[in-house]
Amino acid sequence: MSDIEAVTRAEQQPGRDQPVGQPVDRRDKPRSLAGDAWNDLRRNKIFWVAAVLVVIVLLMAAFPSLFAHGDPRDCALSRQHHGPSGSAFFGYDFQGCDVYARTVYGARNSIVVGILATLTSGVIGLVFGLSAGYFGGWLDAILSRFIDIVLGVPFLLAAIVLAKRLSSDPQNSGIVAVTLTLGFLGWTTAARIMRSSVIAAKSQDYVAAARMLGAGPARLMMRHVLPNSIASFIVVLTILLGVNIATEATLSFLGVGLKGDAISWGIAISEAGPYVRVAAAPLIWPSVFLAVTVLAFIMLGDAVRDAFDPKLR
Amino acid sequence: MTDIQADIDVLPGLDPHAPLLEVTDLHVEFRTQYGVAHAVNGANFRLGPQETLAILGESGCGKSVTAQAIMGILDTPPGFVTKGEVRYRGIDLLTLPENQRRKVRANRIAMIFQDALSALNPVYTVGFQLSELFRVHRGMSRQDSKRRAIDLLEQVRIPAARSRIGDYPHQFSGGMRQRVMIAMALALDPEILIADEPTTALDVTVQAQIMGLLADLQQQRHMGLILITHDMGVVADVADRISVMYAGKVVEEAPVYDIYARPAHPYTKALLESIPRLDMKGQELSVIRGLPPALTNIPAGCAFNPRCRYAQDVCRHDPPPPPYAVAPSRTARCHFFREVLADE
Amino acid sequence: MFRYLVRRLLQMVLTFFGATFIVYALTFANQDDPIQALAGERPITPAQRAALTERYHLDEPFLKQYWYYMKGLLTGDFGTSLTGRKISQMMADAWPITIKLALMAIVIAATVALLAGVISGIRRGGTFDNITLVLTLIVLSLPIVVLAPLSQLVFGIQLHWFPPTAGRTAPLFAFILPAIVLGSLVVATELRVTRASVTENLRSDYVRTARAKGLSRRRVIGVHVLRNSLIPVITLIGVDIGQLMSGAIVTEGVFNIPGVGFNLFRGIRTEDGPLVVGFVSILVIVFLVVNLIVDLLYAVLDPRIRYE
Repeated sequence: MSDIEAVTRAEQQPGRDQPVGQPVDRRDKPRSLAGDAWNDLRRNKIFWVAAVLVVIVLLMAAFPSLFAHGDPRDCALSRQHHGPSGSAFFGYDFQGCDVYARTVYGARNSIVVGILATLTSGVIGLVFGLSAGYFGGWLDAILSRFIDIVLGVPFLLAAIVLAKRLSSDPQNSGIVAVTLTLGFLGWTTAARIMRSSVIAAKSQDYVAAARMLGAGPARLMMRHVLPNSIASFIVVLTILLGVNIATEATLSFLGVGLKGDAISWGIAISEAGPYVRVAAAPLIWPSVFLAVTVLAFIMLGDAVRDAFDPKLR
Repeated sequence: MTDIQADIDVLPGLDPHAPLLEVTDLHVEFRTQYGVAHAVNGANFRLGPQETLAILGESGCGKSVTAQAIMGILDTPPGFVTKGEVRYRGIDLLTLPENQRRKVRANRIAMIFQDALSALNPVYTVGFQLSELFRVHRGMSRQDSKRRAIDLLEQVRIPAARSRIGDYPHQFSGGMRQRVMIAMALALDPEILIADEPTTALDVTVQAQIMGLLADLQQQRHMGLILITHDMGVVADVADRISVMYAGKVVEEAPVYDIYARPAHPYTKALLESIPRLDMKGQELSVIRGLPPALTNIPAGCAFNPRCRYAQDVCRHDPPPPPYAVAPSRTARCHFFREVLADE
Repeated sequence: MFRYLVRRLLQMVLTFFGATFIVYALTFANQDDPIQALAGERPITPAQRAALTERYHLDEPFLKQYWYYMKGLLTGDFGTSLTGRKISQMMADAWPITIKLALMAIVIAATVALLAGVISGIRRGGTFDNITLVLTLIVLSLPIVVLAPLSQLVFGIQLHWFPPTAGRTAPLFAFILPAIVLGSLVVATELRVTRASVTENLRSDYVRTARAKGLSRRRVIGVHVLRNSLIPVITLIGVDIGQLMSGAIVTEGVFNIPGVGFNLFRGIRTEDGPLVVGFVSILVIVFLVVNLIVDLLYAVLDPRIRYE
């Protein structure tokens, strides 16, 4: 809540005119958007399901050995396409690797790339959106045209071209290339959302009031405009995280993402494709893990967005 | 006024001698996740033919909800009419099946709303929105309904009606838009017109024009008019009777001059006193301290008691004050109305 | 209106040059041995080297090369792929297939999205709505790299409901499964936008007025609400058509459909620079033109926008 709002609320003192003897309603406490949103979130079952899934996936990415005892790189062609066994719950793939172990260890690359790419997009989007929205004028015009250009090429195409370009050295696993690709292409929606929130917040009275009190641009941006614009931005980022994880898998599937001996769900799905009539498990299990992970992040973003949307009250 | 015979089923029970509109003990509540809001708690109104009744009150006192309940256009859920009768010429509208109720709307009782820009559909022309009434309710052809629409626009004094019939709502000014709404309401020659804050969104000069137009149209068409407003100035010229609402109840009801001259309820009195007057120059503005109660949490006894300077112990406990008969055609829900009358 | 059109066309031109330049730069700039890159992994004779240098103006500065390329584009010469075929010819072969697939996909997706979205919007919070929300969430999250191979596996190979691939001469029926898969990319957002739009319009003041006019519920929703609600959805569908035409790479790859995406992807894989740049340039144009048409459509649908 900004200073002006806090002052106005304090002066209203809703509790005072209640008849004597009746308890003061708990809901008469000053409410903030974040507080209201958290209240709604807490009661949302989808939010909790998503949150639990996300935590599980994050743990899997951080500590894969907790979940799988096998070694994903311990492959032996003699075990090619064998069925499930005691330690290899999902059987073996066409190279004789433990499908379960590969799937569990694949989480790390997906999550790491997803998070780093989203952070990159977030920073770019924040800076561009905030500047464009706040300063307006020619800066806004240039940035908006630049966004148009980046969006002029369909996303997947641009990602493929860029990823191919960045990962010219066949030796390294391509994590940096994919992260930069996704980061440099995914910031546009976040920037636009930030820009429109900032433009809306900028014209509010409380900003004019703060400016009258002598606040400079930096303070205005940081303390008054940003906190009120941040909610939609965060929501976009959460959903972008899910999209990035899916896109990394897509790029790896197409052969322009992670490569070498990196372990990734996309690579696993791609490799399992030709042999699917012989063994379906190597295709199915990475697919399921990927789908559930993306689902969890998008569900999370959805729930957060619904909670922050005042129109749905 | 009109040469078209209304093609409505004769409603069973229609009583030509009953008052035009009689609302008895109406209760409306809204069930939300934060509790039950008691928007209307026992409202009573009466409207005679060609009479103008003004319903006066602050925001949130239940006046709009009452109007919507009469029309039957409450959002259900979360709004529910839990008790009471709304009798149009003797027939209780609340007990009618929806398809019959629908026929009463626009044909017998019509309503206009506050913000004409949002109340009109932005993607259809004004002509379309007017003629649809004739096409749907009277089965008229496109040609004929278009002619009637132009005619209506002329009646509400919109210049160049013929060319404006193809314009969209956003192409009209505020006052013109309100006239379009009035035209829409009067299209089927209703007997009762409910105007929910028709001039609140307009500036003062336009307000006067619209009120004048309403008064003229009412006279010409012999309609009953219910005017809902929070603006005491607007009401004085036009109304015959005033009902003052507070927290969902009618706290005072009287002919217009009596209320302005000698209010019998502390709330009405406080409202009148809070109107700034030129001869009060230099003095402190008089306000009613406190706030209207949250409708989920209405005080026991008389709802106004926390803000009332006449309040005594009896006011703070149930039962709430009944409508005392102050004079042959006046009531006031206050145990101490005599004191209020005496204080001048 | 005219000024708006001019402004948009200028924007389009700017975006076109900007986007194609970026793609061109990414493909060709700063290569250690551009000739080798052009040839992929094949060895080159000196004679070929000279010929390639001449044809692609490799002895001239980079921007000049771009200029030659653009000149060619604007006169309709999209260049020649490293495989020797003219790119315009390859495009002409691949384009109709992709259009067929994309149109089928959009028809399926839009029908489902509109029907289910309107019903969900009207009965918000009901059983149908909740089920639809869950389903859209799942579809939204299922990456195409999961959906395409899995549906091919389940519906094509295991259940035999559909043929698992759809080549050039395949009957329309063979395109249904890939069209559904492709449509899944857009159906979820279209449904949600419809639902949100319907819900928001149901709460509008003009709905109250329409009811006060004694109109039946069917007319209030069918005539008044729908016309307003569909505006954002129709424009979204337009944009989606553009997206589907250019985003079908994975679907075409999995189902072996020789469309634009399939060819493009092969070109990227084989490092066929001219093909990549040529195809992407054409796709950018298509994309931009579709977006422009959609913007104009918006003005047609919403009378409030016409007078800018």
